[in-house]
Amino acid sequence: MRAPYVAVVVTLALGTSATPLRPAPSAGATISGKITYTGVPPKMKPIDMAKEPSCAAQHTAAPVTTENVVTGPGNALRYVVVYVSSGDQPAPPPAEAVRYDQKGCQYIPHVAVLDVNQPLDIYNDDQTSHNIHPLAKQNPEWNKSQPIGAPPIHTKFEKPEFIPVKCNVHPWMHGWFVVLPTTHHALSGPDGEFSITGLAPGKYTVTAWHEQFSSLSEDVSVSGSETKTVNFTFKATLY
Amino acid sequence: MGKLFAVVLTIITVVSTAFFAARTWWLPVDISAHGHAIDRQLMETMVSSGALFVLSQLALAVFVWRYGDRDDGRRVRTFPGGVTPMVLFATVLVGAEILALTFVGSKVWAGIYQTPADPGSLQIDVQSEQFAFYFRYAGADGAFGATHPELINEANENYFGLDPAHDVSARDDIVVPTLTVPVNRPVALTLRAKDVSHAFYVPELRIQQDFVPGLAIPLHFTATRTGKYEIVCTQLCGLGHYNMRAFIEVVSPAQFDQWLKDKAAQQ
Repeated sequence: MRAPYVAVVVTLALGTSATPLRPAPSAGATISGKITYTGVPPKMKPIDMAKEPSCAAQHTAAPVTTENVVTGPGNALRYVVVYVSSGDQPAPPPAEAVRYDQKGCQYIPHVAVLDVNQPLDIYNDDQTSHNIHPLAKQNPEWNKSQPIGAPPIHTKFEKPEFIPVKCNVHPWMHGWFVVLPTTHHALSGPDGEFSITGLAPGKYTVTAWHEQFSSLSEDVSVSGSETKTVNFTFKATLY
Repeated sequence: MGKLFAVVLTIITVVSTAFFAARTWWLPVDISAHGHAIDRQLMETMVSSGALFVLSQLALAVFVWRYGDRDDGRRVRTFPGGVTPMVLFATVLVGAEILALTFVGSKVWAGIYQTPADPGSLQIDVQSEQFAFYFRYAGADGAFGATHPELINEANENYFGLDPAHDVSARDDIVVPTLTVPVNRPVALTLRAKDVSHAFYVPELRIQQDFVPGLAIPLHFTATRTGKYEIVCTQLCGLGHYNMRAFIEVVSPAQFDQWLKDKAAQQ
C-alpha cells in the first residue's frame, strides 16, 4: 500500500511544479471585441527624418507616418487602450517590466500600457542621442538623455495617468504611457481586436480610450469563464 | 633673447599670413546672388586688417631686433610727445579703419537685409523650435493658413499651429523639414520661433539671421547653384542645439514644381 501512495504523492508534486495551483492568467472570464471607427479619419502625415540620417536610413523601404490615428482593414482602429475602469479589485502590479524602445527615431510601441508602479524599461537602440520627456501632470515630470549605447532607464509611475511622451531632440517622436490602476487592460492590435482576460465574476465598466477620439464606456457583467464580446465604435473626423 | 623673439615673431607672421594667401581654410562655395558682395567685403576687411597686422608685427620684430638687447645705457628714443600721443595716434588709426569698414560693410549688409524682397518671390514660412526647422509652403490656393500658437502640436506634425478644421486656407499648406527652393528664383522667408532664439545659417548662401520668439522676421535670397547644403542653428538654444539642423535643396524649376506637387498630395 505504501509504495503506490508514495508514487501518487510524487506524481502530484511533479504535476504541481509543472502546472502551478494558482489560477493561470487566462482563468476567469474574458472580455474581447473589436475597435472600429465610422466617418473619415485624418490622413496620417509622412515623417521626414532627413536631419537624422541614421534613423532615416532605417525607413527607406517603408516610410513612417504619424501614429495618432492608425487604422486597419474593416475600419479597424489600432492603439486603443481598453481597460476596466470600474468594478475591479485592487491587485499588485506585475513584477515584469514593460519595455519601451526608441528605435529608428520612433517610440515602439506607440502606446505603452502599464499598471501603477509597474517597472518600465526605456531603451535607446539608435545611433543617436534621445531625450525622452513624459509630459506628466499627476506624476512628477522629467526628461532624461540617453546617448548612443546608454543603459536603459528604469522607472515607474505612482499615479494613474495618460501621459503624452515626446523626445526633446526629435520633435516628430511621439508616444504615450498609459498608467492604469488596474491589471485588466488591453491594447487593440492592427486588426482592432482586443482581449481582457482573467476577470473574476462581477459587474464591470469597460472603457476604451483613443488618443484623438477620447473615450467610450460600457457596463459588462461576466461570470465563470465565459467570454463576452464588447465592441466599441469611435466617431472619426478628418480634422 | 630679443633677437630670438624677433625671429619667432617674424615666423609667426609669415606662416599665419601664408595660410590666408594659400586659401587653406577658405570660404565655402558661394551659391547666392548677393554672396559676391559679402565676399568682397570680407576680402576688403581681410586685406586691410591683414596689411595692418603684417606691418605692425614686422615693425615690432624690427624694433625688438634692433633695440631689444641694448645695454649700453643710451637713452631709448620715445614717440614724439611721449606715451599719450602714441596711444591716441594708434587709437585714431585703428578706429578710422574700423569705422571705414563699418560704413562700407553696413551698406553691403543693408543692401541685402534691408531691401524688400522681389514681389514675385516664392514665399516660405519657417518655424524654428527646439531642435528642428520646419518650412511651410502655400498650397494650391496660394495662401497661408493663419497660425495659432496654442494649436501647435508636434504629435500630429502641426508645427505652425494651423487650424484646418475651421481655416480652409490652412488645409493645403505644405509643411516639410527640408527647405527646397528652385534655382535662380527669389525666395522670401518669414522666420518664426516657437520657444527660444535660434538662427538660420547657411554658409554657402552667405546668410545668417536670428529667429526671435514673437517676431516674424523677413529674409530673402536667390540661390544660384543647385545642390544640397546644410542649415544650422548658430544660437545656443538648449541641450539639443548641436543636433539642430536641416538641409536646403536647390533644384531646377521643373524639379521644384514636381516636388511641390508630390508634397501637396501627401498633405
